[in-house]
Amino acid sequence: MTSTIIDEAAKAPVVGPPARQPRKRRSSTTRKTLGDWMILVVAILIGLLIAVPFFLILINSFKSPADYNAAGPLTLPTELYLDGMVNFWQRVDFPQKLWNSFFISSVVAILAVLVSLLNAFALGIGRVRGRTWIVLLILLANMLPQEVLLYPLYFMFKTVGLYDNQWAVIIIFVVIQSAFGTYLLASVLGTFPKEILEAASLDGANKWTMLWRVVYPITKPTLSVLVIFFFIWTWNEFLIPLTFLVSNASQTVPVSIAVLQGDRLMDVTTTSASALLGLLPTLIFFLIFQRTLTRGITAGAVK
Amino acid sequence: MTKASVADAPVVARKAGGRSAVRQSLIPGSNPRTFWIYLVPGLALLTLIIVVPLIWNVYLTFTDYRGIKPPEWVGLENWVKLAGDTTFWTSFSNSIAMIVAMVVVPTLLGLVLAAMLFDLIGKKFGGKIASFLRATYYLPQILPGVVAAIVIGWILRPQNGALNQVLEGVGLNGLAQNWLGNPDTALPSIMVIMIWVQLGYPIVIFMAALQRVDPELYEAAELDGANWIQRFRAITVSIIRPEIFVVTLTCTIAALKVFGPIYTLTGGGPGTSTIVPAYYAYSEFFQSQQVGYGATIATALTIVIAIVSVVFLLAQTRLERQEEER
Repeated sequence: MTSTIIDEAAKAPVVGPPARQPRKRRSSTTRKTLGDWMILVVAILIGLLIAVPFFLILINSFKSPADYNAAGPLTLPTELYLDGMVNFWQRVDFPQKLWNSFFISSVVAILAVLVSLLNAFALGIGRVRGRTWIVLLILLANMLPQEVLLYPLYFMFKTVGLYDNQWAVIIIFVVIQSAFGTYLLASVLGTFPKEILEAASLDGANKWTMLWRVVYPITKPTLSVLVIFFFIWTWNEFLIPLTFLVSNASQTVPVSIAVLQGDRLMDVTTTSASALLGLLPTLIFFLIFQRTLTRGITAGAVK
Repeated sequence: MTKASVADAPVVARKAGGRSAVRQSLIPGSNPRTFWIYLVPGLALLTLIIVVPLIWNVYLTFTDYRGIKPPEWVGLENWVKLAGDTTFWTSFSNSIAMIVAMVVVPTLLGLVLAAMLFDLIGKKFGGKIASFLRATYYLPQILPGVVAAIVIGWILRPQNGALNQVLEGVGLNGLAQNWLGNPDTALPSIMVIMIWVQLGYPIVIFMAALQRVDPELYEAAELDGANWIQRFRAITVSIIRPEIFVVTLTCTIAALKVFGPIYTLTGGGPGTSTIVPAYYAYSEFFQSQQVGYGATIATALTIVIAIVSVVFLLAQTRLERQEEER
């Protein structure tokens, strides 16, 4: 089980003896040279550079417009100013937008992973004839520029009465996200250990049982990574929700933020506060499921 | 798979098709054909949401359509216009800049950073520091595009923008300028932003993939006297090759159809200095109401993306087969 390496590594400094003392295992690799420290410093500097815009959002979200005009974007706020945030929260009915985004993104994430798994089972394990071309056809969903879909889907959903309905957006993104999922899972399942499947088929398992009792549990780490990706990607989508969710009550968080930008009443610090509120949900979601990402994206963990 | 196990493959497979190991499903004794049923839901949805609009769109490229009156057949007119349209060709050369910023730099840098985090920092300073740094690198990926654009927009803006203030603060007043409004700096600025956005994605995927690498392999190589760079090339890159393929292909597709940042930050300007095909198509669709011509640009873009993907997937399949036959 290679999947436990990171977890062990994460626990080691806590459980194990302090670094000064000789370690029981791989003592030679834990000795830190000057070069190691330099690499660590470089890695931290890169991290800081990447995080700068986030610090800027943070400090300007709690600044009053007067403070901002006087001291500019780089200083810390002189007092804790919450009006910008409160203002934005109430203006867009933020809890409602949060729920809309959460509902759409979670349903898409789960359904898209399910579709990806079914597709990849046939392509990776079943090795259906012409699978490279089928993967390619499915990847079309990823390749098409989204503008192409707007006119035709607008007419189609209007005809069946799903226009301005969240399910329209859900169906579209299940297809788009599962294209990536199918591609990734099919190549991962293509290297699925044959011995396990052979053993299961000797036990008389049929394909459906094998999918859920053998393939599903073993690929679970990859599937959860996909759930996280799909959730975040769908949450951040803009063009299609903007087009298909016209009524205020069905809008998502990014759409509601963007719609407010045209508003002349929005000052810089309210904009910053809206950016902070817009990124917090995905940030929290990411931090909660961070560990899942470390468990690996491949079924190779069984090797 | 070794040669021996290919030769041992069940007789059924050899009857079913020529190349035994390839035509056989991974479940012994079950014909690949019986797996088709698992593709039904996926392909049905795909047809409805993707294939039908695509065909509709291809039809529109042969018409003059303003969105109100029914489309009028004009034959190849749109395609002829496209071939001589300098804005269209500019948009494609900007796509190359996007590929550099979204594929080449993030993948190479991502490989080095992922190996560095996993291999050096993770092992010598503890996994906690490594996963904290990885989470930091990934931050821009979780930022909604719209929000990112708003924030970057006010960092780069000419009056009291954060970047110009920093430059003035360290005495480099001469460098301060209207980053997105100047045709010379607009495209490079967008490129830097895209590197910032993309970098976390390969790092997360590559670090997950690295867990598949057997640590004993590294130790053995280390004992043999291989240095870090040799180990990186011989072990790391070859083992996580499937992920490198996935990352390069998905990022190339994303780079070719990049839309959001252009739409929110520059609108393709100043002039056409940052225009990209997807944005050009959008502006023809919804601003000029030239739906037929917009469809033509979008279709041309789709064809380019499809060709790139085919080449990629064929190369990947070939490599996988070589691996299998080895």
